[in-house]
Amino acid sequence: MAAPDQYQPHASRDDAAEARYHRRAFLVMMVLFIGAPFVVYPVFVMKALCFALFACAFNLLLGFGGLLSFGHAMFLGMAGYAAAHAAKVWGLPPELAILAGSAASTVLGVVVGLLAIRRQGIYFAMITLALAQMVFFFCLQAPFTGGEDGIQSVPRGRFLGFLDLSNTMVLYYVVLAIFTAGFLLIYRIIHSPFGQVLKAIRENEPRAISLGYRTERYKLAAFVLSAGLAGLAGATKALVFQLASLTDVHWSMSGEVVLMTLLGGMGTIFGPVVGAFAIITMENYLAELGSWFTITQGAIFVVCVLAFRRGIIGELEAWLRKRRGG
Amino acid sequence: MKFQRKLLAAAVMALSAGAVHAQISGNVIKIGVLNDQSSLYADLGGQGSVNAVKLAIEDFKAKEKGLTVEVIFADHQNKPDVGSQIARKWIDSEGVDMIIDTPNSGVALAVSEVVREKGKVFINSGAASSDLTGPKCTPNTVHWTYDTWMLANGTGNAIVKTGGDSWFFLTADYAFGHALERDTEAVVLKSGGKVVGKVRHPLNTQDFSSFLLQAQASKAKIIGLANAGGDTINSIKQASEFGIVKGGQNLAGLLVFLTDVHGLGLDKAQGLILTSTYYWDLNDQTRAFNKRFAAVNGGKYSTMVHAGVYAGTTHYLKAIAALKSDDGTKVVAKMKEMPTDDPLFGKGTIRADGRKIHPAYLMEVKKPSESKGPYDYYKVRATIPAEQAFRPLADGNCPLVAKK
Repeated sequence: MAAPDQYQPHASRDDAAEARYHRRAFLVMMVLFIGAPFVVYPVFVMKALCFALFACAFNLLLGFGGLLSFGHAMFLGMAGYAAAHAAKVWGLPPELAILAGSAASTVLGVVVGLLAIRRQGIYFAMITLALAQMVFFFCLQAPFTGGEDGIQSVPRGRFLGFLDLSNTMVLYYVVLAIFTAGFLLIYRIIHSPFGQVLKAIRENEPRAISLGYRTERYKLAAFVLSAGLAGLAGATKALVFQLASLTDVHWSMSGEVVLMTLLGGMGTIFGPVVGAFAIITMENYLAELGSWFTITQGAIFVVCVLAFRRGIIGELEAWLRKRRGG
Repeated sequence: MKFQRKLLAAAVMALSAGAVHAQISGNVIKIGVLNDQSSLYADLGGQGSVNAVKLAIEDFKAKEKGLTVEVIFADHQNKPDVGSQIARKWIDSEGVDMIIDTPNSGVALAVSEVVREKGKVFINSGAASSDLTGPKCTPNTVHWTYDTWMLANGTGNAIVKTGGDSWFFLTADYAFGHALERDTEAVVLKSGGKVVGKVRHPLNTQDFSSFLLQAQASKAKIIGLANAGGDTINSIKQASEFGIVKGGQNLAGLLVFLTDVHGLGLDKAQGLILTSTYYWDLNDQTRAFNKRFAAVNGGKYSTMVHAGVYAGTTHYLKAIAALKSDDGTKVVAKMKEMPTDDPLFGKGTIRADGRKIHPAYLMEVKKPSESKGPYDYYKVRATIPAEQAFRPLADGNCPLVAKK
């Protein structure tokens, strides 16, 4: 068998231990997030939460589907534009605006996915990058996106009609709820039979085909789900900052999400969350370095790839497993 | 940090001196310079703007008047989301009362919204968009130095009047370029000139040769560069390689700063026509300011953005001293009420829509043989009086004006 460590059928005892570990880690994470706005500047945590969800969605595709998309920013950004436009021009309430944003990126995901999943590896990455660049130029030129000014002063409105989002604390817990819902959905997808098939395809596609799976459809489904969830993150971000801008569709954003996922731990449940927080924190506190910031980021990436390839959480989990003697 | 600590010490001294500043939040007036510190606008604003604010505070003699003023700065990386986030954080958790400079129209519009929401003060010097005092004007924003309307009008109108009546536009193919081209074209046509052609180039183009050849073939007297930053510099450089200026055509840069000319060198930039509201060599006062500025700014001379930051800070502090309060919305109202008077722009006013009014100058870049010293780059071709330099109040569609 190709990759013994990850693809050996788990004994049920291991599964139970894994589920227990996930439950504990999830509880710790939730406690931290619920308490965070009292300690840290809430807008900063909200930004990190949006990126954490974005990275989790990306990880669903890369970590579990084995597909490296280099154009995920287009889903984040387009959803942001769609949500901002829906809230500002059409006057939709925030929950519908967020849904409109996610729907837009889901549709985009279907179109891009149909084209891209026909190829693998570097060709897949290049096709997604090329399409993302097209989306970028569309956003730069289309009249409704406001070009390089973006869509500004997006109204936050009232969530579900009674939660006033102009209050930062209310907004924070709404964002946290959206993040948690997205996170749990991803967890559920990964641990469903669908997720198992996805992992099988990642490990050995011809074998999955020989077992009778239509791998193309599974890959497309994973791509669309990932795009939709990335869109959920982008739409939420647009409401938090009341702004949809070109930054979110730029290719460097696609690179950033790869970095977040790899730094945190590709193919782990909590890795992308940790990676996103690490990168956003760095961005926030190292911003004064100016152009040195990108160099620092690059250096960290190199160290990560050379020294701990499994990422922060990946290494941690490996260490825990070793200690358990598993 | 060192500077902040010094200011803190000054604050303690001022407090013990028993000065009256009951209405100043946190007993400190905190000014945040939010601009590009590392990329394409870092030279025309950047640390220079921070130095300009410090000079303004020094000249205002804030300490003697019992006011404590602190300065902080940050790099918005030319991203609207980064800019609005810093502005929010400054106001929410660091007690910043006024944000100044902020080049890049996208970032400026985002920051303007945040400042309005929080009821603070935003004095813009570095951004071009005339929307800041047009449809997107707010009661908390003052736009000091220049804007797209003034550039289009100044350069367009004055050039046609001095004989440049046939134009060819080289336009960056995105919203800012289109707007600049549209506004300038309107001015050119209105003043009796004609547009013989135009070509659009993608953003961040390296090779302008085909566009420039079209411009050359058009035989237009003036080639209008409706682009900015690196695109302007590249197009001017390559135009010089094609010998366009030497061939009798003139380039009109619609958005060119002293630092761009400095970067290009007179050899390449000579003959370029541009509009500016400030030049260090205008009169004794600007020369005196520039001398002090260059001394603290590593020998680099002041641009109109720096001048706007200096003058804006000065007027802001005057308004606070008169009002004895730093309540943002009230201070801006006071700033509009008081006539402005500073050594760099002279006497002027701030209109209801937040537009600062002062004269503008049509400049021509000197030939290398005419230049006598460092940064001796411009000669004044025409002065546009204050009342004609900026968009008439009624044409801006600013809601603050419409209400009246």
